[in-house]
Formats: sequence, C-alpha cells, structure tokens
Amino acid sequence: MAGTSRLQYPPNLTAIRVMCSGRVDPTFIVKALAGGADGVLVAGCHPGDCHYTEGNYRAQRRYPLLINLLDQFGIEPERVRLEWISASEGERFAQVVRELTETVRALGPLHWKERMEALA
Amino acid sequence: MSKPKVAFYWCASCGGCEEAVVDLAETVLDVVQAVEIVLWPVALDFKLEDVRAYRHGEIAVSFINGSVRNSEHEMWVKMLREKSQLVVAFGACAHLGGIPGLANCTSRDEIFQNKYLRSITVANTKGVLPQMETWVDGYNLELPEIWNTVRSLDQVIDVDYYLPGCAPPPDSIAKAVNAILSGNLPPRGSVLASEKSLCETCPRNETKPETFTIDSFRRLATDAPDQEKCFLVDGFVCMGPATRGGCGERCIRGNMPCRGCFGPTPDALDQGAKFLASLGSVSRGKTMEEVRSFADSLVDPMGTLYRFSLPSSLLQRRTCAKEVP
Repeated sequence: MAGTSRLQYPPNLTAIRVMCSGRVDPTFIVKALAGGADGVLVAGCHPGDCHYTEGNYRAQRRYPLLINLLDQFGIEPERVRLEWISASEGERFAQVVRELTETVRALGPLHWKERMEALA
Repeated sequence: MSKPKVAFYWCASCGGCEEAVVDLAETVLDVVQAVEIVLWPVALDFKLEDVRAYRHGEIAVSFINGSVRNSEHEMWVKMLREKSQLVVAFGACAHLGGIPGLANCTSRDEIFQNKYLRSITVANTKGVLPQMETWVDGYNLELPEIWNTVRSLDQVIDVDYYLPGCAPPPDSIAKAVNAILSGNLPPRGSVLASEKSLCETCPRNETKPETFTIDSFRRLATDAPDQEKCFLVDGFVCMGPATRGGCGERCIRGNMPCRGCFGPTPDALDQGAKFLASLGSVSRGKTMEEVRSFADSLVDPMGTLYRFSLPSSLLQRRTCAKEVP
C-alpha cells in the first residue's frame, strides 16, 4: 500500500521480497550485516494472520536468539527490527522505515568489513 | 621410483590432530612405508632450512592442522603451500578456525591482560607482555607477532582439501591418505566427509518425532541428558542438524550432544545462523515474552553455535564500535 498510496519513505531501504517472514533465515540477516548493511528490517504479517499458519511465529522465535547472538558480536540490537505490518498498513510501513532509518543513522554506519580489517 | 614426500605441520593447535595420526595404529606403518615424511615437528627433527631447500611443488602433500594466528604460522603455511602440490586442512582448526578461533570473541589486548597480568597464578611484577623483540645480554631475541584475529587455513593460503573433525577420526584419515596416494580424489575444495547432516546417521534419530517443541534449554553443567533420547528433544543444544556427518557419532555414543566440529553442512553458509534457524521450530513460545525467555535460556550463543567455526563464519569475530581504532 505504501507504493500505490504514494507514501514517502526514506530511500535507504532495499526491499527484498520473500513469501513469508518465516522464510527469512537468520543467515540472510547475518549475511546482509556482514556484507555492508547497517540495519535490517524483517516485516511480517501480524500473528494469527499467517497464510502458512506458523511462519511469522517462527520469525518471532528466531528473532530474540539472533539479537542475543548479534549482541555478542558487538552489533547493536536496535539495528535489526522485527515488525508486524500487514499489506494494508502502508502508512505504518513508511513510519517503521523512517524510525529504523533514524535509529541506524544515530548509531552510525556498521561498516562490518572495515571494522574487521581494522582489528586484523 | 622415489616415494611421494609428505609434510605434517601444526599451527595453533592442541596436538590432538597429531594424536589422531598416531591413532591410525598399525595403518600408520603402511603410510610410513608408502611415503617419505619430510616434516613432522611433533615427531621428527626437521628444520626450517630442510623444507626451504625443496623445489616448488616437490612435496606431494602437506597436512596442516591448527588455526593460523601468528606471523610464524603464516610464514610456514605460505612456504608449505609453495612447496606442495596438495594442501590438506587437517582438523577443525585448520578447516574452520576451531577452538582457538574463539579468541575472536575477544581481542589480543584482553587476552594479554588476562593471561599475563590479571591471572592470579602469574607473578609478573614488572607487567611484561609478549614483545616481538627483546635484548638479552646483547642478543636480540624475536617472537612471532600474535594476531588480533584468528584465521582458518584457507583465509591465509589456498587449500585443496579439508579433513574435518576435532580431531579427524582415524578411518577418515586413512581414507583420505589412500585417496591421495592412489590419485582417486574428489573435486578440489571438497570436504572429505559426508554431504549430509549428522542427524541422518545419528543413532538417536529414531527418537526424534516429526515435530516437537521445548520450553527452554537445559545445560550439561547442571543437568544430565537422557541416555537414549534425541538431545534436542531432551532440551540440550545439539548441533547435529547444522553439522556435517561422517564423524562416526563419537560424541553421541558418549552421551554428549554434537558440538559441531565437522562444520556446516554443504548447503549452510554459516553454521551458527543455520542452527539458529532450525531452533525457530522447536521453541514453544507464542508471545514475545515467551520467546525471549527461551532465547535467554541459551547461554553464550556465540560460543555455543560457533564453537568450532567462528573465524570462518560470516561475521568472523566480535568487533565493538568503541574498540575499533
């Protein structure tokens, strides 16, 4: 809805469409962060709304495990956000993207590769 | 015809991989008959100069164990790469970074502080830390430079084959050595073990229901696992689902959950993240509070999920923004 409603949201987001938030393997998130992303938004359908019945619950169960793990790596938990946004909630989507962009901007770039090289 | 020349070398390792070679028992005699060992620091007295004298590619195969974590390791493995036709990363440390790779959770400075200054069993009144150069009675003594980040072998040199495991089981060593001697080798870059996950051959696989859930993790430090039940069903972290099989299930048979030494399955890019994905289906929680408490019951996820594979994982090490120079 955000697109068809002509809603503005920051261009910092690269959308990667998957069938279900349950499809988002933690590997994808880790790979994005290792490969230069400064933050990751996982946006799924509201609990109870899953077309596959369980997908978003799986995403939810993995999320705090991943956050705990990333924290040990030195990656701030705020960089990875899990939100329930239905297809009709265009304004909410735009709002979450704005918020996450600001949060990440305040934290500064992650620059994972450069950080690793600096600590070689 | 002269026998093929074989070198064994160790970098940052515990010596367990050397034990594994000795564990070949009588087979080791056949190997020794068939090859000429040109370097084996743990057992034979060859010097750097001996190896340096070999021509490019003169050594048929070098088996290198241990992770690479200082400038001396780097010098040796680069030289062995140049002199060898084949390089085999022998054991979990060379393959993935291994247990020494857990040093990537911290930094060289922190390790030095703990080891040489804070440790209560160390009397270091002058606060001396390892230095690359020291003058003693007019002599300049040198030590290799210890790196801040531990690396797997293939992050430093090209590796032809990987022999996984901590330590590799004798039968897989014998198989690999025979394959090399007979020239009957899989494609370059192969990991010489099963392509399937450990669960496929796990003796406890039958006790694992199609679907199951658990409330929280139990720890080996405070709880004893059941003798027959699948460890995950029983609530213990068992890396089997994300770990390559072929180890002979030695730990499982000793009532110890898999710790992941054979590394990720071929389709997994990152062993820890892959295992974490599979945990999404075993937690029982529905609300954020429930799933958070489930997550918090997994103490030290980094050290548990990347026990053997931290240096070769996607993120490779801990880096804190404030610690980066």
